[in-house]
Amino acid sequence: MIVSFVVNGQDVTARVMAPTSLLDVLRDELGLPGSKSACEQGECGSCSVILDGALVCSCLVMAGDAEGSSVITVEGVGESGVHPVQKAMHRAGAVQCGFCTPGIVVAAADLFENNPHPSTAEIKEALAGNICRCTGYGAIVRAFESLAAESR
Amino acid sequence: MKVIHPTTIDEALAASSPDSQYLAGGTDLMVEVNFGHRRPDDVVALRRIDELRTWEGRRIGAGVTWREIERRGPTGLAEAARTVGSPQIRNAGTIGGNVATASPAGDGLPFLAAVDARIELRSRGGSRILGWSEFFLGVKKTALDPGELVAAVHLPEDLPARQAFGKVGARNAMVIATVCCVVTRDDDGSTRVALGSVAPTTIRARQAEEMMSSIADPSEVDLDEFARLVSSEVRPITDHRSTAEYRRHAAGVLARRLLERCIR
Amino acid sequence: MGASTLRPDGIAKLKGLFEYAQDLQAENMLWGATVRSPHPRARIVSIDVAPALAVGGVHAVLTADDVPGRATFGLEHPDQPVLAGTEVNYWGEPVAIVAAEDEDTARRAASAVVVEYEVREPVIDPEQADRNDEVFRRMRINRGDQSVSGEVVVEGYYEVGMQDQAPLGTEAGLAIPDGHGGVDLYATSQFVHVDQEQVVASLGLRPEQVRSHPAGVGGAFGAREDVNLHIHLCLLALHTGQPVKMVYHRSESFTGHVHRHPARMWYRHEADREGRLVRVEAKVLLDGGAYASTTAAVLANACYFAVGPYNCASVSVVGIGSRTNNPPCGAMRGFGAVQVCFAHESQMDKLARALDMDPIELRRRNVLTEGSPLATTGQPIQTPMPIHEILDSLVSMPLPDVSEATDLLSLPGGTGLTTDREHVVRGVGYAIGIKNLGFSEGFDDYAQARVRLTDEGAIVETAAIEVGQGLVTVLAQIARTALGVSRAEVRHVDTSQIDSAGSTSASRQTQISGGATLQAATRLRERILHDYDADELDDDGVWRGETLVASMGALVTRDWQETVTFRHPRTEGPDENGQGTIHADFALAGHRAVVDVDPELGLVRVVRIDTAQDVGKALNPQSVRGQIEGGIMQGVGLAVMEELIVNDGIIRNPNFTDYLLPTILDAPDVEALLIEQDGSWGPFGAKGVGEPPTISSTAAVAAAIRNATGRSIDRVPVRPQDIAIA
Repeated sequence: MIVSFVVNGQDVTARVMAPTSLLDVLRDELGLPGSKSACEQGECGSCSVILDGALVCSCLVMAGDAEGSSVITVEGVGESGVHPVQKAMHRAGAVQCGFCTPGIVVAAADLFENNPHPSTAEIKEALAGNICRCTGYGAIVRAFESLAAESR
Repeated sequence: MKVIHPTTIDEALAASSPDSQYLAGGTDLMVEVNFGHRRPDDVVALRRIDELRTWEGRRIGAGVTWREIERRGPTGLAEAARTVGSPQIRNAGTIGGNVATASPAGDGLPFLAAVDARIELRSRGGSRILGWSEFFLGVKKTALDPGELVAAVHLPEDLPARQAFGKVGARNAMVIATVCCVVTRDDDGSTRVALGSVAPTTIRARQAEEMMSSIADPSEVDLDEFARLVSSEVRPITDHRSTAEYRRHAAGVLARRLLERCIR
Repeated sequence: MGASTLRPDGIAKLKGLFEYAQDLQAENMLWGATVRSPHPRARIVSIDVAPALAVGGVHAVLTADDVPGRATFGLEHPDQPVLAGTEVNYWGEPVAIVAAEDEDTARRAASAVVVEYEVREPVIDPEQADRNDEVFRRMRINRGDQSVSGEVVVEGYYEVGMQDQAPLGTEAGLAIPDGHGGVDLYATSQFVHVDQEQVVASLGLRPEQVRSHPAGVGGAFGAREDVNLHIHLCLLALHTGQPVKMVYHRSESFTGHVHRHPARMWYRHEADREGRLVRVEAKVLLDGGAYASTTAAVLANACYFAVGPYNCASVSVVGIGSRTNNPPCGAMRGFGAVQVCFAHESQMDKLARALDMDPIELRRRNVLTEGSPLATTGQPIQTPMPIHEILDSLVSMPLPDVSEATDLLSLPGGTGLTTDREHVVRGVGYAIGIKNLGFSEGFDDYAQARVRLTDEGAIVETAAIEVGQGLVTVLAQIARTALGVSRAEVRHVDTSQIDSAGSTSASRQTQISGGATLQAATRLRERILHDYDADELDDDGVWRGETLVASMGALVTRDWQETVTFRHPRTEGPDENGQGTIHADFALAGHRAVVDVDPELGLVRVVRIDTAQDVGKALNPQSVRGQIEGGIMQGVGLAVMEELIVNDGIIRNPNFTDYLLPTILDAPDVEALLIEQDGSWGPFGAKGVGEPPTISSTAAVAAAIRNATGRSIDRVPVRPQDIAIA
């Protein structure tokens, strides 16, 4: 079957032969490998995207069910520039191997879109679905605390 | 491979066949697909059906997400919603999905059991409403007929004045419950206790309920007895997540604390 | 140096543009999949690949008979079959491999292969294996007068469960045949040269026919030192004549790489009435699983650090690395020192209780200093050992207030709402640990780096693998500093273009690849200055006094480069008593953990970890902190939640639902003090920093839980039932 939807503002179509996930279609058919596959079960958040305005794990979305939907991936965050969330993480040293980074960028972009000055507790609860194995989360929390404090 | 996108329940029912698979949030089905355990090629997607997402008074549409329930649900259910998976899971996962999957560890199920919720089902033949204990039959087994779908969950008009939820797990987020529990208490003292992950389905600790419902002002001794009864009524197993002994112990401790929270 | 320069690959990673091995593509690419044993031990009766070949879109199905060269591989001993032919020895052992048009087809074809097994009883008890003399290595360390005894004696038995590295990026790779019988391999790795050697051996090729290229790696922590899909990919690529890609899914990844050794340790500490250690005896048993991997070296390390950073004149350590049918174990951050640190720190606390002495005071009376012999091997420690500074810092760092907040994120159980403030008891625990840096026991440990001066600035060429630790940042910093220019970049080159940089492990790359880079850049600068009879080199060119002798533009028309192979100080293997100059360098770290425990439910929240670490010189403080915070998180994970449950040889929780990694809500606040003392041979005095954070953080958390609950806490990870049920 053919699926059509909007990714990062662009109309796309993909051929889907099986109950493939949106994640696999993004990575294998649409040339958007930024979203990562690390657990296949929505337990790590590395595949996070914004689907119709809501933060979800793209590994748990059946590609066929994305028909007509709007998807924002990490490649769409900050578009051609650098989003404040990305800048904050870079400055704080919150990127090591970087495998979790796209998912965190999307989750954080979603958080700050809805809440420009989140508290530390709100930051943590919003990122509770994103596992990082390298940083111990310290630099990630510091990155977003400093972003939250900006222009307050 | 085909995925149908009906916009009404009738369309969904008409499109379904013995081989088709309903898909709501995908948080259970897609895990099976990703692991290669299931390979549906005839899918009826429910995400676009507005009638499934409506929430009027005590009738919560099956398509309502945990995210919404976290925000506007009654206390016991909202507290449970907050512990479901992660923000990503809560945005996609639905109460109908939790009900249809019927995992013994389903986070929303103890609340439904505690308040004696009813499950509304729709099929081509019409609709029917079952009590929760008629609906949940075993580990991932429900009374759903082939082609039938969960349309809504009905909470009773009068909900207990005090509701408390608790979930024990070895990590502070994204954890399958080792034990989860809802305790409710009304102004007249009537007490309900429902537990998950301690039996093939969610259970009510009836003896503990009966004992505590007749005590207006429980003493420490009463609370100890309450905990002991709850522990005796659960039927937990030992698996890779925990032991039966611990689950039994934790069930009593948790139920007691939730009751104390209700009483305070 | 000393600046927290931002990482050069940071923006690419943040924008999702960084290419990992899992993202690689090639034209005409096929996908690979692996057929694995469902039994921990069995004889292979027959393998029928016909049903798999019959699946449309399948290009190859290969078995052991198709391995043209050496049938086995292995990091220390090549004892593991590339593909099992006659028997399987662990659950998940590879039996056959498939190449097909797409991933889905490859996996379906893999399940279509019919393997007939004659199931055998697996050996799952490492103590039984020891009795049967099925071991990879036995160690014996005897130092000092073995007949002495101390007035105060404490004994203990301790266990550490099987931890997994669980890097977020799973095993992935792409092999591209070159059309002339050779192959280019791009795969997740920690050591491309050693991968290349094993591929060459098993494919029966000449070394120049196989080129292993560093690829983007999503974390390693020891999981990537051993070969896993490397030979398989090359076999499929050469057999089909097309590029072949393979990516392990998470549950396959759990079976597809080695794990941290589960340990059983028996200890006896004897001291005098003043708390000075008189004698330590230890028996350390590690379950190595089915194949050797690095069990010999991990066991050795465990034995060498069995006493910890303490003086003791009489030591006896017996070590056993058992072979069983459990999943193979090998390198994981800390490499044996983690397990024994839990034991020796638990013992020191037990001894302190027996003496009715403050546990920090007990440690002060016994700690090593620079010049002391390591208690086990007798090696004089010739590097700063700032133990007193570490202990002083830990005790003086302010303790957090017992929070009056009932904010549920600060209580055990978190959003699970299990616990109110009144149910919580706070505990504090301390632990210190010592780790070697670099490879030991006489291993020829070196790294080659090449520095070029070009019109793009300095280019550092290396095969050293960046796994996220920040090597690309620090090597560029070193090059800039030593050459005197403001632009430098690290370029990864393959095995045919440069000699080995050694493994990204043992906390060694900053010191050894950094050492090579520093020497190469320094010599290059000297050569340039000498050549132009100049005394300064910077972005503008070379200067003599105030005169610009040659502009940078003119300078770089010549091919300026310098290649250096840097070796760490010589080490040697142990004599028959385990004595010798075994290690190249040492680093210390101490941790203080503060935990809140709900004793009735056995739930633990690690509130805070303070640490002081001996880093020599922090070349990039932000990167160092990143390693410390990340290492501590893994130590906390081992303390309270991470364990692969293996029953009857089968992993019961090979997924992220049930192998629990700490989330952001589980992370403690961390305060890290970097102690910089000159004296190490690393560049600018730097010491490796990756492993010390994992050595004693687990032990500190265990000690804190003990302090809060009074429970003996003899095993980690600590499970709720270990606290709640008597």
